[in-house]
Amino acid sequence: MESDLLNVTLLSIFVSGTATLLASLLAIPLGCFFGMRKFRGKEVIRTITYTLYGFPPVVAGLVLYILLSNSGPLGSLQLLFTPTAMILAQTLLVVPIVIGLTMSAVSTTSKDYTETAIILGADSWRTARTVIHEARVGIISAVMIGFGRALAEVGAVMLVGGNIQWHTRVLTTAIVLETREGNFGYGLALGAILLTIGMIFFYLMKRYQDKGMLT
Amino acid sequence: MKKNQMIAIAIAAIVILAAFSTWYLIANKDKPVSVILATTTSTQDSGLLDYILPDFNSKYDADVKVIAVGTGQALELGRNGDADVLFVHSPAKEIDFVDQGYGLYRWKVMYNQFVIVGPASDPAGINGTALAKDALGMIYNTGSKFCSRGDQSGTHTAEQKLWTSAGYNYTGITMQSNSSWYLSLGQGMGDTLLTASEKQAYTIVDEATWFNLESGLDLVILVKGDAVLFNQYGVIPVNGTMHPAINEEMGVNFANWVTSPETQAMIANYTLKGNQVFTPNTDRKP
Amino acid sequence: MNAIQAKGISKSYRERKVLKEIDLEVEEGDIFAIIGPSGAGKTTLLRILCSLQPPDSGTVAILGRQISFKATEDLQLRRRMSFISQKPIAFRNSVRENVAYSLKVRGVEDRKEMVDNALQHVGLLDLADNLGMTLSGGELQRMAFARATVYNPEVLILDEFTAHLDPYNIKMLEDALISYQKENGATILTVTHNMFQAKRIARTTAVMLDGQIVEQNDTATIFNNPTDERTGQFVKGEMIF
Repeated sequence: MESDLLNVTLLSIFVSGTATLLASLLAIPLGCFFGMRKFRGKEVIRTITYTLYGFPPVVAGLVLYILLSNSGPLGSLQLLFTPTAMILAQTLLVVPIVIGLTMSAVSTTSKDYTETAIILGADSWRTARTVIHEARVGIISAVMIGFGRALAEVGAVMLVGGNIQWHTRVLTTAIVLETREGNFGYGLALGAILLTIGMIFFYLMKRYQDKGMLT
Repeated sequence: MKKNQMIAIAIAAIVILAAFSTWYLIANKDKPVSVILATTTSTQDSGLLDYILPDFNSKYDADVKVIAVGTGQALELGRNGDADVLFVHSPAKEIDFVDQGYGLYRWKVMYNQFVIVGPASDPAGINGTALAKDALGMIYNTGSKFCSRGDQSGTHTAEQKLWTSAGYNYTGITMQSNSSWYLSLGQGMGDTLLTASEKQAYTIVDEATWFNLESGLDLVILVKGDAVLFNQYGVIPVNGTMHPAINEEMGVNFANWVTSPETQAMIANYTLKGNQVFTPNTDRKP
Repeated sequence: MNAIQAKGISKSYRERKVLKEIDLEVEEGDIFAIIGPSGAGKTTLLRILCSLQPPDSGTVAILGRQISFKATEDLQLRRRMSFISQKPIAFRNSVRENVAYSLKVRGVEDRKEMVDNALQHVGLLDLADNLGMTLSGGELQRMAFARATVYNPEVLILDEFTAHLDPYNIKMLEDALISYQKENGATILTVTHNMFQAKRIARTTAVMLDGQIVEQNDTATIFNNPTDERTGQFVKGEMIF
């Protein structure tokens, strides 16, 4: 049971961490771009991303299941019931959050800092860098919130991962299983591990965030 | 934020990911042939699979991956070619599945019992009733609270059949939108039991789940032993001609194995908190 | 040669004409003040001169070169000038880093001494390692002055740069401005609604009312012998806004 627990915990960190990293790589540049530029349809994008914040994980999981199923269009990739599928599902859930929050962080700082940078002689590339740099506290928060959503999510990984012991069982799906089996105490203990991981991560990011403000 | 700090963090992130990926790949390399078994939560949650599967894995050098879901979802996984073998309990749906060509055949494996549980105060007075349909009639007539899974699971299907056999129009019952006694929850068995306990309502539950959860519940068994409450499990190897990815050979191996005399004996020997839960009764011709 | 030359600048916001065909010439090395009541269009004019926004019509030449009002094309020219706004914003960095920014974007490598000098000039050397955002209003404005002058711009444009400050800070900033001009021979254009400040620091003063420059002359003449009736009222504080 102990190695099982370690396996489940590490897989949780691996899946949610990779998903958050992938989502950030994709969403931070997009969020920065949307946040800095003024263009038609910006409000539409904003509305869509805000709506997707509340996108039910189980629906994301269902959509991905239909795509990855052997009778679905991407069945030949053989990704269903693998950690890769779980990472994809959580990436889908985290991307809108990171885009949306990055976008608002960047548009707020953009208003204040674009002109200051231009006046002091920055070219457009440097101006963009400055704005993003000034928005870093907000962007780090976006990543933190995204990771929190990925780590806590159960509906999507249950569907596309299948909660297979040793393979695709993560903390949240293990909690569902333990609860079903009547092991409420063990389920709660797993919940405590989940919270601890979240707390360690938030603590590290917060420290980094504070440093980002000071230096 | 210094530039080198940024780089350090990026490198740290990549190193961690690389380490995890390596760990994952090592942990999963040289694994035996994987077989995807779609089954119901009751077989997994009862602990039966943990008890019997190691034998299959070692005999066939296989790695059975258990997807424990509702019967409906398990059948759907089979239909989509996402599972190699099904181990479920909804005979009519299983037979349809085979008739439609999705499964090779369906063999009986074992059965367990449903029981009707409710509050010790027993407001409908069903305690000791021999026939389940009489008990349901008494619940209906007294308007006593009843919690239904309401999720089209095997248990829910069995419940619907019971209402029909008791002479009620099941759709009629669920359509009583203002009914305060019939609660369709759309939840798993554990949640349904918890809700029934909180609301002091009646519900139908399989014995395995009951033995697992009863200590935390304020409910007691009131009706058991009626033949209509027997819950038959079947095994179906999925038809491999539908999708190239289906491992039909292993599916067939699994069906042969689970119905073999040795495995049937193991099923009979399995106990949960001191109670035998499943009774083997395969109809496979030797 | 004129350091700043604007011709026929007009600008409207919706129906309201903020600037009406303004012509402005500021000689190289001059300290030039535009005074006038709030809402006269002074800030809009400055933003146009700094290429921060285009006019509806008219042309601007800085140091003999035409401004295109396209950020990329005006870059080289913008780097020879600077602007200090009424409410400067500090980067989330130390005071020193804030000032070094102007040099960094120009690719200047040896920044330490220049930054120290600029900070010394406005009396902020002691606070160099504090966060820019923790400064008081007066300190912040002084930091903005150091940040805007550390690269020795030839043209310095200031918008109400001492508004809402206490006399101590006003004095420091005015002294810094005058000595900067002396040392570098830079051209200074400042906008203020405080005519006493214009009187103290400017050699040339223009009066701007309702989107137009109504009178321009050396500062003493403006204050002592105004030719325009409205100017007279304004400098005597009789004008009702």
